Amino acid sequence: MRKTFLTLSFFFFSFLLFGQDKVAITEQDYKNDQVEMADQFRADGKIYVLTGIILIILAGTITYLVSIDRKVGRLEKQLGNKGT
Amino acid sequence: MLRNWWKVITVLLLLYVVTGGLLMDVPRLNILNETVRALYFHVPMWFGMIIMLAISVVYAVKYLRGSNAHFDTVSVEFANVGIVFGVLGILTGMLWAQFTWDDWWSGDPKQNASAIGLLIYLAYFVLRGSLEDPMQKARIGAVYNIFAFAALIPLLFILPRMTDSLHPGNGGNPGFNAYDLDNRLRITFYPAVMGWTLLGVWMATVRIRIRKIDTILEL
Repeated sequence: MRKTFLTLSFFFFSFLLFGQDKVAITEQDYKNDQVEMADQFRADGKIYVLTGIILIILAGTITYLVSIDRKVGRLEKQLGNKGT
Repeated sequence: MLRNWWKVITVLLLLYVVTGGLLMDVPRLNILNETVRALYFHVPMWFGMIIMLAISVVYAVKYLRGSNAHFDTVSVEFANVGIVFGVLGILTGMLWAQFTWDDWWSGDPKQNASAIGLLIYLAYFVLRGSLEDPMQKARIGAVYNIFAFAALIPLLFILPRMTDSLHPGNGGNPGFNAYDLDNRLRITFYPAVMGWTLLGVWMATVRIRIRKIDTILEL
């Protein structure tokens, strides 16, 4: 128990030690235009995001309809011997 | 899978319509702005509704000619999905109207007429629900269905054109016909009508199959 506690505390303590060498993130990093990001995806009034959202809903709806369709198909098969 | 090829086409059409309908170029028109894209979503609801109600009335006539219960089931379920599309058409139209005509409901002749048309069809379901005997239900329902469809066509396509309407193509209102619905709108609009209608047909066929299972279980 004590061993685990010590190991864990040393483990977490090591983060603090390394922390001093890290470079701080500043506001300028957020405004840095030099680095490529998915800017195009957010451009044009974020229409691509909206398209994605609607496509997800459409895909979900259709998947649901397909699953209902299959379920009905299974029921039909089970009833098949009764004659349709 | 081969039997379901048209379902694959439905999905592909709808994926194309949503992607293309939202991303492809549309004419930049005053007031409408980006909402012109509702052409691919609001208008196909009505096209789909009319097509499904037409299928419904055809099967109502078929039922009256032969008293085959299957025709009655087809007729009812296509009317059902047709009305779902009509309600979606009214709701999307109201939202569109709020931001382009400045009112959810402006008493536009076509708005009123489509509301009356939907009420006529709701009465169809009330009428069927109020009859106990399945034969009577099917027969009276089929007769009413014919009257309902016969009332719907002038309500949607004739009366609004005889007076001033905010809807395009009515009462001298510059419609998409005035803009000539150019080919760039058409390459999404026609697939949209086909895709949404096929989706409705798909839903109707599933409901018909469920009804058939139901009747087998009742026997």
